[in-house]
Amino acid sequence: MTDLTANVIHAGPGDAGFRDYVRLMKPRVMSLVVFTALAGIIAAPGALHPIEALASLICIAVGAGASGALNMWYDADIDAAMSRTAERPIPAGKVEAGEALSLGLGLSFLSVVMLALFANLVAAGLLAFTIFFYAVIYTIWLKRSTPQNIVIGGAAGAFPPMIGWAAVTGDVTIASTLMFLVIFLWTPPHFWALALFRNSDYARVGVPMMPVVAGEASTRRQILWYAAVLLPVAVMPAFTLAGGPVYLVVATLASLRLLGDSWAVSRRSSAMAADDGYAAEKRLFGTSIIYLFAVFGAMIADALIRAFTGAFWPVWF
Amino acid sequence: MALKREHEIHHRRRGRNYGVLAALGGLAVLLFAVTIVKMGPQAGNPSQGKSWGETLMQWVLE
Repeated sequence: MTDLTANVIHAGPGDAGFRDYVRLMKPRVMSLVVFTALAGIIAAPGALHPIEALASLICIAVGAGASGALNMWYDADIDAAMSRTAERPIPAGKVEAGEALSLGLGLSFLSVVMLALFANLVAAGLLAFTIFFYAVIYTIWLKRSTPQNIVIGGAAGAFPPMIGWAAVTGDVTIASTLMFLVIFLWTPPHFWALALFRNSDYARVGVPMMPVVAGEASTRRQILWYAAVLLPVAVMPAFTLAGGPVYLVVATLASLRLLGDSWAVSRRSSAMAADDGYAAEKRLFGTSIIYLFAVFGAMIADALIRAFTGAFWPVWF
Repeated sequence: MALKREHEIHHRRRGRNYGVLAALGGLAVLLFAVTIVKMGPQAGNPSQGKSWGETLMQWVLE
């Protein structure tokens, strides 16, 4: 008799594909982290051996991915109720919440220890703090309790260039702090633009995003304020080792563009936005993503030009 | 009815196993490479006062 039971397959816990685990680590966020951390590594004075630089960069990326997994573990309940996140691995039933927690904790530990070995304790300490800040301070505490969640929580996303810089130099300087501030001030316009056209999602799950709590008009004003403060701060790294002439031009133009798009968003009412499907808000969101790549790309460009031309390329202060 | 031995889950499990293999293999290679670098002539002072570009060029030309 044929043993038919041999052909009966039960999918269950532990049957997720490799891609599901990769998605758990938020690869798009990781790409941003890798790029900004790379800018920190390349712009920093001194030099890691390229192998050590690559190893450090991988540790930073894995640490960011680990904090993403911890975020998805904790937020699985609200992710399931939001259209943007309903297909994430845990709400989609592909990965167990416990698996995400284990992966997040395991990779957090591994990435921090490896970065300490590959680079130095300062960089490893900053990475550990970043993971803690994102997973505990932002995800568990702030996200569901205050409309300032992404303002304060944005610090977690701002650390990678500082970690990259510290991996090379072993310290925190004015230049790396300015790199941190650029991302920190960029975060509110970026996320609030998204929140404006995803308002109903956040309202449904009770996440107190600024448009939900303070209203759209207030959010639009605050987007403009942050973009206005970002402009001078974003230009400052041009006068440090982190920037140079290319950065000065790119950061100025990009910041003016971001300010212009923020101004357009601030002049609109909810009714106007609803009429054209939040076109200006979506444009600001897109601009903000390009902004970050442009600004940190300019830092990399200046650092590379300086590396290959020596004293010819100026460092103003 | 012919028994179908392959199932979508088998593909998924195989993909996951290969993925874990690649990740662990990559970690082993990375650890080996960093160990060689740290035990090499520049151990303890990787930049030796050189700029990023000089170090990269030296590494490429070696």
